[in-house]
Amino acid sequence: MTISTSTTHEASAAEGARPATLGEIPLPAPAWSRLTRKVFGHRGLTIGLCLVLVAVAVALLAPVLAPHDPYYQDIANRMVPPVWHESGSWSHVLGTDKLGRDYLSRLLYGTRISLVIGLVAALISGVIGTTLGVLAGYFGGRVDAVISYIVTTRLAMPVVLVALALASLTGGSLFTVIVLLGLLLWDRFAVVSRSVTQQLRDSEYIHAARTLGCSLPYILLREVLPNITGALIVVITLEMAHAILLEATLSFLGMGVQPPLPSWGLMVAEGKAYMFFQPWVIAIPGIALFLLVLAINLLGDGLRDLNAPGGRS
Amino acid sequence: MGTFIVRRILVALSVALTISIVSFMLLHLSGDLAASIAGPEATAEQVEQIRIDYGLDRPIVNQYLEWLGHALQFDFGRSYYYQSTVVDLIVDRMPITLTLGGLALALAVCIAIPLGVVAAIRRDTWVDRLALLFAVIGQAMPSFWFGLTLIVIFAVTLQWLPAAGSDGWQHFVLPAIALGYYATPAMMRLTRTGMLEVLESDYIRTARAKGLSARSVIFKHALRNAVIPVVALAAVELGFMLGGSVVIESVFSLNGLGQLAWDAISRNDYPVVQAVVLIIALFYIVLTLLADVANAALDPRIRTR
Repeated sequence: MTISTSTTHEASAAEGARPATLGEIPLPAPAWSRLTRKVFGHRGLTIGLCLVLVAVAVALLAPVLAPHDPYYQDIANRMVPPVWHESGSWSHVLGTDKLGRDYLSRLLYGTRISLVIGLVAALISGVIGTTLGVLAGYFGGRVDAVISYIVTTRLAMPVVLVALALASLTGGSLFTVIVLLGLLLWDRFAVVSRSVTQQLRDSEYIHAARTLGCSLPYILLREVLPNITGALIVVITLEMAHAILLEATLSFLGMGVQPPLPSWGLMVAEGKAYMFFQPWVIAIPGIALFLLVLAINLLGDGLRDLNAPGGRS
Repeated sequence: MGTFIVRRILVALSVALTISIVSFMLLHLSGDLAASIAGPEATAEQVEQIRIDYGLDRPIVNQYLEWLGHALQFDFGRSYYYQSTVVDLIVDRMPITLTLGGLALALAVCIAIPLGVVAAIRRDTWVDRLALLFAVIGQAMPSFWFGLTLIVIFAVTLQWLPAAGSDGWQHFVLPAIALGYYATPAMMRLTRTGMLEVLESDYIRTARAKGLSARSVIFKHALRNAVIPVVALAAVELGFMLGGSVVIESVFSLNGLGQLAWDAISRNDYPVVQAVVLIIALFYIVLTLLADVANAALDPRIRTR
């Protein structure tokens, strides 16, 4: 366990024992500096964190950063190559697409779509998966058997095919894609929160809370949940990356986010016909997608290393 | 061992049944099938006519039970689009998807296991870091984009391999790489952590103390134990790849099960969609079942759990 979560352990144990008198135990000061040193000593985590922050900044500042309207079609300037190409120009740094829309502006706005999809889908699936997993882990027995069966069934369903079919039936849009992915990707949350809760179930502070007659929702929300968040944050990052990749895949196959929205997967699909002579039309959105998913994965891997008992794995 | 296998088979069968129910309900309840089939220009009367013609007006439970009764006799009905039965279509397309999945898995295993072993033996050296980098890149690469990039490089620029079609083995090289790379990182990481764990165990120390050669210790004693969970993962990954092959088949215009499913989805050919989802799920279920049994056979501790 990391410094921060082990302190949460003690804090909740104390709270469970004497909730009225003991307030929050403040985190010891040296722990923070040790934590920051750990974060920045881990190269992958540092790179991932920086790239994710850049992506968030780009998404928030897209209207300021984008040189053009991402939807404006400049029919006279179609398929302008990027600036490093001999016929490129600084007015369209990354060139334009087949409708004359500025590629850089579309790319910047596309960050918003990917991040929103990743974040909201991961939150929806997190709520579903964690609820199932905590219940299965805490109660065990028949509840566990039923929930494990549901998870097994969900794992056997081919996600891409089911998502494609449902997106096509519901008429793909940003909203339906987010909801669909949220409803499909909760399996890892359930598996992880179940196994962590199983380990916590018999710990002293849970026993203490039970003996004191704390209500079941109180125990689950105030004692169990805070102590599994470390593991859950890792899953959130991985599932965000998963959702972003799946959205791009659905949009690429034409069943996800619909035009004219600047989804990166859609940009690759729209550029596919031109890739033989202008390979940058698929290279640019592809690299953006790759970097964002890479950054989130690095962040998740780094957080897992920090969470692991021995520090780095 | 016998009861373990019987219990696992019963669970597998009920999971398959549940999936058939869930996918049937999802397809029938998430939109108006009759309206989708009729298309956007159809009048209300035409939609009603289709609803009656296709039997979509009856209670959904009756529709499902009828479908199940036929499905149990390997009859998945007729395609709305093609002039043939769904079973014929699937049998026709299956070999391509299985070839692709099998090649991709073979490729992934051949890269992942040696790389994982070397990374574990040479822990914290540049070899280990390079292996990790390879895995991290593979996990972040969108497979459709990787496939397109392979086409641009190897089929268009270098002209070494064909970009599309499924006539000869050359057509499967690029798709198998694109699909296989996706499955490699997880297997490599599992081999690496498994090897690291085993190499620190007491019996390996004993084997070393006996004076066995490093080669014998690593391959005969360590790898055998480290590879057990990788076998299970490989089976699961093959199941995922068969489901995910829809993307790669579309990129490389391979006429397999995935392409069939995608065409069927865009043409609202629901009997085909329903059947392909179930077939892919069945593959996954059988593969995980085999992996569990193989695991239990290799590692007696699992059986008693």
